[in-house]
Order: sequence, then C-alpha cells, then structure tokens
Amino acid sequence: MAMICKKTMAQLAPGQTACVSCLHSKGPLRRRLLDIGLMEGTVVECVGCSPCGDPKAYLIRDAVIALRKEDCGEIAVR
Amino acid sequence: MGLTTGSTGRRAVDEGLAIKRQSPKEKVIAIAGNPNVGKSTVFNGLTGLNQHTGNWPGKTVANAQGRCQSGLHQYVLVDIPGAYSLMAHSAEEEVARNFICFGAHDGVVVVCDASCLERNLNLVLQTMEISGNVIVCVNLMDEARRKGINVDLQGLSRRLGVPVVGTIARKKKTLSVLLTALDGLMTSKVQHCRTIPYPKAIEEAIAVLTPAIAPIAGEERARWLSLKLLDGDELLLKEIDARYTVFHNKTVRAALIQAREILQKNELDGEHFKDAVVSSILKEAESICCETVAKEGKGYSEMDRRLDRMLTGKLVGYPVMFLLLCFVFWLTIVGANVPSQWLAEKLGVVQGWLSAAVLALGAPRWLHDMLVLGVYQVLAWVVSVMLPPMAIFFPLFTLLEDAGYLPRVAYNLDRPFKRCGACGKQALC
Repeated sequence: MAMICKKTMAQLAPGQTACVSCLHSKGPLRRRLLDIGLMEGTVVECVGCSPCGDPKAYLIRDAVIALRKEDCGEIAVR
Repeated sequence: MGLTTGSTGRRAVDEGLAIKRQSPKEKVIAIAGNPNVGKSTVFNGLTGLNQHTGNWPGKTVANAQGRCQSGLHQYVLVDIPGAYSLMAHSAEEEVARNFICFGAHDGVVVVCDASCLERNLNLVLQTMEISGNVIVCVNLMDEARRKGINVDLQGLSRRLGVPVVGTIARKKKTLSVLLTALDGLMTSKVQHCRTIPYPKAIEEAIAVLTPAIAPIAGEERARWLSLKLLDGDELLLKEIDARYTVFHNKTVRAALIQAREILQKNELDGEHFKDAVVSSILKEAESICCETVAKEGKGYSEMDRRLDRMLTGKLVGYPVMFLLLCFVFWLTIVGANVPSQWLAEKLGVVQGWLSAAVLALGAPRWLHDMLVLGVYQVLAWVVSVMLPPMAIFFPLFTLLEDAGYLPRVAYNLDRPFKRCGACGKQALC
C-alpha cells in the first residue's frame, strides 16, 4: 500500500491499454470519475491525444472520454 | 388552469415545478438519461411542437414539458436534464434527482445509448432503486448495430425486471413501441424498486435503519432512504428531511447511530461508503451487460479511430478545424447573398405598394416617411440582411453538432482555452 504509484493514467500513450489499480482522486472529481465507470479494475485504453497534447481521449467502458492530465494524473494504472 | 397534482390525490411534492395537466387523467412521465443519448430527440419525436419550455424553479436549468397521446392515455412528458448519475454533483443532476425521487410522476423513461449501454445502466439502476415504474428506452440502436454491438432487449428486460424498448429516435415510427410500453406500464400494477446487492456491512446497516424509516416513508422507499441517510449527502438530507422529517424521529436517530457504528467498524464510512455503493452499482451493470450485450469486434471501430485521428490529430487537427469553420462561414456569407438580394427585391416591391397605399389614404408626407421609410424599410433591410445568414449558419452548425464534431472542437481547444481561464466547452458558445 505504501508503494508510490509507478504509472498514472495520464502517462498512457495513444494505443496503450491499462487496468486501473487505484483511484487517488478526491472529492467531486472522484465521484465524477466513478460515474463514468472508472474504478479499480476498469480497463482503459488511450485512443488519442489532442493537438496540444493535454486532454487525451480514453476508451472507458465503450465510451470515448477526454480527460485532462490534471484530472487523471491521480489514477494509478498497471 | 390545469389541475394541480394535489387534486389528483397524490402529495404535491413536485419540487415546485408546475406540471400543467389539462385533466387529472393525464399521466406525468419523466424522461431521463445520460447526456447525448438522444433524450431530446425522443422527447421531441413524441411531443412534436406540443411543448413548452421554462426553467426549474430557483435554478437556471432548462425544463421542457410536452404532451403526447397514445392509444390509451394522454401523457405529459417532462424532459429531465441529462445526468450520469443521481448522486448530484451539478445543478442539473440535482434537479434530475429531485424530480425522479420526489416529483409527482407516474413513471420514468430512462433513455440509453445502445452503443455504451454499460455506462448508461448506472443511471438506470440508480433510478430503479428509487422508483419501480421505469421503462428503459435503448436508443441509437442503428448506430450500435453499425458498430457491431447487439443488445438483447428481451434479455435485458428479463434481467432488469422492467420493460425495455429499442428505438431509433430519429425515425419517429420506432417510438410507437415506447408509447405502447408506457400504456402497458400504466395499466400494470405498481412495480417494486430494485434491490442492488451491497457489501455485507452496508446491508447490515441498511437492515438496522429500514425498520425505523418504513413507518414514516413507506416500505417501498425505506431501503433507498436508508442508503441515502447513511451516505450523508447534505443537499439530499435536506430534501429528505423537508419531506419526511426523519431527523426529529428518535427511533430513526438511534437507528442511524447504530447503523453508522456498523459501518465504522467495517471501515466503510465516509468516502469508503460512497465508493462501495458506486462500485456495487457498476458491478451490477457490468454483469448485466455481460449477459445481454454482444459485441463483434470493438465498439470504437477502426474507421472512427481513423476519423478521429484526422479531426483531432497533432498536425492536422487545427488545420482541419480551421478549414471546416472557414467553409461554414464562407458558405454562410456567400450563400446568403442570393436569398438576401431576392428578399430585398421582393420586400422593396411590397414597399412600393405600401407607399402608394399610404399616400392614397391621404396620409401627410411625414407620416408616410415615418411608417414606410422608417418602420417598414428598416425592418425589411434587417430581415433581408440577417435572415438568410442565420437560416444557413444555424442549420450548418446543428449539422456539425449532430455529426459529433463540436465535442471534438472542444477537445482540440481545451488547452488554449484553459490558459485563458476558460474551458474547451466555451469555445463555441
């Protein structure tokens, strides 16, 4: 548990797939992420990157959703 | 004046929202759903021009109501703001939740996107926890089929225990099944709320609280209310207290303390509780989808991917966006010239008649100038200059929106806009 997360969802490059291992986000953001179906064990795929590089698009439970780095930087994946 | 909900024998708990019934026999149906699932298309398809819009009292959240007639009943449909869940994180979701929970409706239609049903089931299950009179309308069936996704509607209905209909809201004919299902729901007996299995400790806590709440709020609502009391969302607690005054009740207070202790002992209080509840619902949705949705290949097809790479790619994203918007503006400006000229000409001819008529009536020169040159001519000019561009620009923009391009623009522009303290969504408002 004390281990610092090695990889976050924000670090996924387009084409990479990963499995959410821990949701460190807090408060309303956490609720929102859970609402769109992001929880421990959810498989996510990074499908694209916006021209500026920041919001990236992820395939989450069959829906393509754009997330900012600041919003998904606290989601640990493996 | 329509009859109020009170006069139909039910408690008038409609959030202050005036539902205009023309007769007490009219059934009030809430249309709920995630954002962008064609909820409004379903609503418009059913009600046509027979609707009126307003605001939810005290909130700047748009509200539309409309009527439609089926073989058996007259319905008042209430378009509820799009929401991903009923755990209220925004004004829209709060409105949606309050109406589904406490509004005086006879049923709820939850519109879903067939191509990502699993995520939509989150809202469906949450709604079913509150109300038994639910119809699930799986929309965008054509799009899902195109993506190789097949939804077993009968299986879904069996698994959920409520009527499920498949529609393609753009094709109005497909909406008749929804009306038939509504008629069926109105004649069938009141359904029971769905019980979603939660972790053991939460179930224990609910079991402690339910007997205390049931006498106040009724058996049907007790489980859901218990769950929400344990959740402790302040806004919702206020709503609940305003309606059921549970907090003044000693039995409830004692039970609540006892139930909270159970949760604490199992480390399921606060955030952990909310997490556990949400995960349980998600897992339920996952297992239902597993059995009822068949996918050939991936939902997000190779073609969509290629298109997205073009529209939002690093190198081509901005040029494509720029060219596309330029094209829209060009078409608006150049395309509007012809109808503008035509309109100006025709309105000019009318002005000639008008002028002759006013003078023939013996009006003095100043009155003629004021009416014909002042009022009419200015109006004619404004109309001929403004109407054609608007009549071209807005439909084009709607087309872009329907094609799903606008969210991609928001996605492209999020970063630059963020720098200015705004967000990508504002790019096109």
